[in-house]
Amino acid sequence: MKIKYCDALVIGGGLAGLRSAVAAAKKGLSTTVLSLVPVKRSHSAAAQGGMQASLGNAKMSEGDNEDVHFADTVKGSDWGCDQEVARMFVTTAPKAIRELASWGVPWTRIKKGNHEAVINTKRTTIFEEDNKHGLINSRDFGGTKKWRTCYTSDATGHTMLFAVANESLKLNVNIEDRKEAIALIHENNRCYGAVVRDLITGEIAAYVAKGTLIATGGYGRIFEITTNAVICEGIGTAIALETGVAKLGNMEAVQFHPTPLFPSGILLTEGCRGDGGVLRDKDGHRFMPDYEPEKKDLASRDVVSRRMVEHMRKGKGVESPYGTHLWLDISILGREHIEKNLRDVQEICEYFAGIDPADEGRKGWAPVHPMQHYSMGGIRTKPTGESQTLNGLFSAGEAACWDMHGFNRLGGNSVSETVVAGMIVGNYFADYCIANQVDIKTEVIEKFVFEKEAYMKELVSKDSGEDVFRIKNRMKKIMQEHVGIFRDGNGLLSAVTELEQLYIKSQNVAVKNKQLSANPELEEAYRVPMMLKVALCVAKGALDRTESRGAHTREDYPKRDDENWLKRTLTSWKDGNTMPTVEYEPLDIMKMEIPPGFRGYGAKGNLIENPLSAKRQLEVDHIKEEMESKEKDRYEIQDALMPFELQEEYKKRNVRLGD
Amino acid sequence: MARELTIRVLRYNPQDKNELRAYFQEYKIKEADSMTIYLALTQIRETMDAGLSFDFVCRAGICGSCAMMINGRPRLACRTLTKDLPQEIVLLPLPTFKLIKDLSVNTGEWMDAMSKRVESWIHSSKEIDISNIEEPIEPEVADAVFELDRCIECGCCVAGCGTKLIKEDFVGAVGLNRIARFECDPHDERDAEDYYELVGDDNGIFGCMTLLGCEDTCPKHLPLQNKIAYMRRKLATVKGS
Ligand SMILES: Cc1cc2nc3c(=O)[nH]c(=O)nc-3n(C[C@H](O)[C@H](O)[C@H](O)COP(=O)(O)OP(=O)(O)OC[C@H]3O[C@@H](n4cnc5c(N)ncnc54)[C@H](O)[C@@H]3O)c2cc1C
Ligand code: SF4
Ligand code: SF4
Ligand code: FES
Repeated sequence: MKIKYCDALVIGGGLAGLRSAVAAAKKGLSTTVLSLVPVKRSHSAAAQGGMQASLGNAKMSEGDNEDVHFADTVKGSDWGCDQEVARMFVTTAPKAIRELASWGVPWTRIKKGNHEAVINTKRTTIFEEDNKHGLINSRDFGGTKKWRTCYTSDATGHTMLFAVANESLKLNVNIEDRKEAIALIHENNRCYGAVVRDLITGEIAAYVAKGTLIATGGYGRIFEITTNAVICEGIGTAIALETGVAKLGNMEAVQFHPTPLFPSGILLTEGCRGDGGVLRDKDGHRFMPDYEPEKKDLASRDVVSRRMVEHMRKGKGVESPYGTHLWLDISILGREHIEKNLRDVQEICEYFAGIDPADEGRKGWAPVHPMQHYSMGGIRTKPTGESQTLNGLFSAGEAACWDMHGFNRLGGNSVSETVVAGMIVGNYFADYCIANQVDIKTEVIEKFVFEKEAYMKELVSKDSGEDVFRIKNRMKKIMQEHVGIFRDGNGLLSAVTELEQLYIKSQNVAVKNKQLSANPELEEAYRVPMMLKVALCVAKGALDRTESRGAHTREDYPKRDDENWLKRTLTSWKDGNTMPTVEYEPLDIMKMEIPPGFRGYGAKGNLIENPLSAKRQLEVDHIKEEMESKEKDRYEIQDALMPFELQEEYKKRNVRLGD
Repeated sequence: MARELTIRVLRYNPQDKNELRAYFQEYKIKEADSMTIYLALTQIRETMDAGLSFDFVCRAGICGSCAMMINGRPRLACRTLTKDLPQEIVLLPLPTFKLIKDLSVNTGEWMDAMSKRVESWIHSSKEIDISNIEEPIEPEVADAVFELDRCIECGCCVAGCGTKLIKEDFVGAVGLNRIARFECDPHDERDAEDYYELVGDDNGIFGCMTLLGCEDTCPKHLPLQNKIAYMRRKLATVKGS
């Protein structure tokens, strides 16, 4: 049996994993990163639109700062987030972007003078002053008060990922791709690394470390149609769940993006609407202002997605052989703008829909439909990024429920979270690896490895059984139909019931191809039962949560219910069970900097208020008033309202123009 | 009427000690509307041959995973539409990279080594205070760096390169493009002599025979030819070579 030792083990080589690895390597730890694919091919590469950070450089970003970014993030989360974590995040994001600039990310820069932009379908001139020339630019995104999304054309994720990956290579991080973690090694509530399968040779080895960090991204592929890469199957989440000790948070919080290309599901970035593109129905009518007169096409993602489905239900969708869709019109931005700032979008439209979106009028409209996009839920952690229940296990990025997104993530806040968490959590993780030793017996490690070896042999030796692809496709269908944008009790109940049956069936899969090495069918055979566990956590969490919050919309419980549901869902899995265990973790209103209120969309009465909200609001107002009268600055007021901990280097004040 | 496609795939599993020879396997499938090679191969795996190996990640032409030889040319399979191809489609793994199995090759290992070889990261002696305002960069310069930073390491240029076929250690257009990218990035303090140390030999910039195979096949349309020529002129002045 092969055992590999290192100080810090990072599972997942996207932005979050690699930035965490940099943090560990910088502290002198021997650091290994595992990835299913060459790390630069991780899903992070696909992020197009940009990264939020309140630099406040550009004209339309003036006045932006941590407080504004914080308020947007908390509202965006529909008050589901951990406000302390959101504070840590907004304070570090400007530093993250500036660090990335110094690592070579070619952020689009501000050019002094007049610029044309399309705002609310009108051409507008924006003037940039001389002193801004050459600073990092930003574009508009949904649900934000200021233009805060920094970008490199529409290939932001790609440029960020390459910079961070190259930085890891420079620091001699040991990157091993085509290596899949298939179980965590743990004993007495402490994690010691992972059982890892080599996807080329099929060899199974133990990777033992002082600390382990999971940054395996989202689980979008449990749905039938999704913008996610084909490797986003949630296996990292599943191995944490399978320990029976670590818990998952808010798995039912799944985001649907308004504008993936229909039917392929390839994303057209929110930057399209941020830059001024609009949605249209079968009559060519721009319908979003009818529903959301204030934010229009740039309302939060969950809101736009729901409005689109609503509008299609009224018969306003465009019929096609594949089903109903709507149009995204960016032609109004003009060819020049598209060819510079939305080039990948243009290419995607050309290759996958046979249209040129810069063509004027209907000819250039792209067919779009809301689809699964982002996993707000994930491995539940403390603000340090460590699991609350399994010591030595950390998580960062989309795989984690750190929880700064709550029930709805704002566009541009995710790639931002990946690097910011990589910095903050990466440091806490490194400190843990420095402070702790590996003290586990070899025989315990062996037990975990032998178990998986035996499992693989068993899978290939079975002669007859279920077809794994049929089970997988059925799971995706169920999730799509019943656990989608609009949910209700009956649908969810049937989903949970059938998923459980599928899970039981999935334990009796027979693999036709008998190789233990490089065998895609075998991979499916051991992944699908894990995916079903993740799917069950999502569906069961959604069934039990009888309210609507953020992206979780129950048609039978349309109100956000702060009285009963201001709490985080925790799911765990006991070995041998066929259903997750569900518990809750309350959110403490009396500690919030921004107590729950109206989010600004739809009818005001759509909320069951918690009496503590008003009480805390009074308290907050009082503290603010008193501090302001004493001429305290915004940092001091913030500290009085909700103190939060953060490494000193990241807590430092961000300098902006005009400070 | 939908066409019936014949897809011939080269099969070989170096992992399997009993499999001594590569062979072609033929699959017949009905062409669907806007079918890509990604969709076709996925359908084959799910319904006909679960053991067929190939690589896709983003399936959107962004990550560079899926390059393979499609009717003789290196291309991204995820954004190649079958309707643009004849009824018979021949798929081979990308040449010059280590074969994993069938259509799957180890580009990752090669690219990581390339990145290390050309030290594909910013070299700077400055201490950056990340709380402070960033260094201003001319917008045109940032755009120019971005133009070259768009390489997705798909390997098409390497597979299409005659020099690489002859010289195993040739750094390829992808590596030369990297040099050009850092050369134009104001954050990087390296100069022509430093780059000469990295690629000033026959396995580097002077090995290129300017046959254009790289630029012709680059799915991101990077200006490889121009940039290689520019770097060659620049490095040729170092040490009078
Ligand atoms: C099309 C698209 C566009 C987007 N655009 C934006 C945007 O403009 N702005 C924004 O903020 N966000 C955007 N997002 C969201 C954002 O890109 C992701 O949330 C983010 O990149 C996730 O990064 P990550 O590091 O957490 O995970 P990923 O980048 O998904 O990386 C996961 C890593 O884990 C590895 N892995 C997985 N399982 C295992 C295992 N079992 N063993 C070993 N390794 C494993 C994978 O190989 C990979 O390296 C977009 C998302 C999509 C789908
Ligand atoms: S121009 Fe140079 S790098 Fe490009 S294919 Fe020809 S020999 Fe290779
Ligand atoms: S230069 Fe072009 S062909 Fe070569 S790896 Fe990069 S993107 Fe691919
Ligand atoms: S699968 Fe990503 S480029 Fe083809």
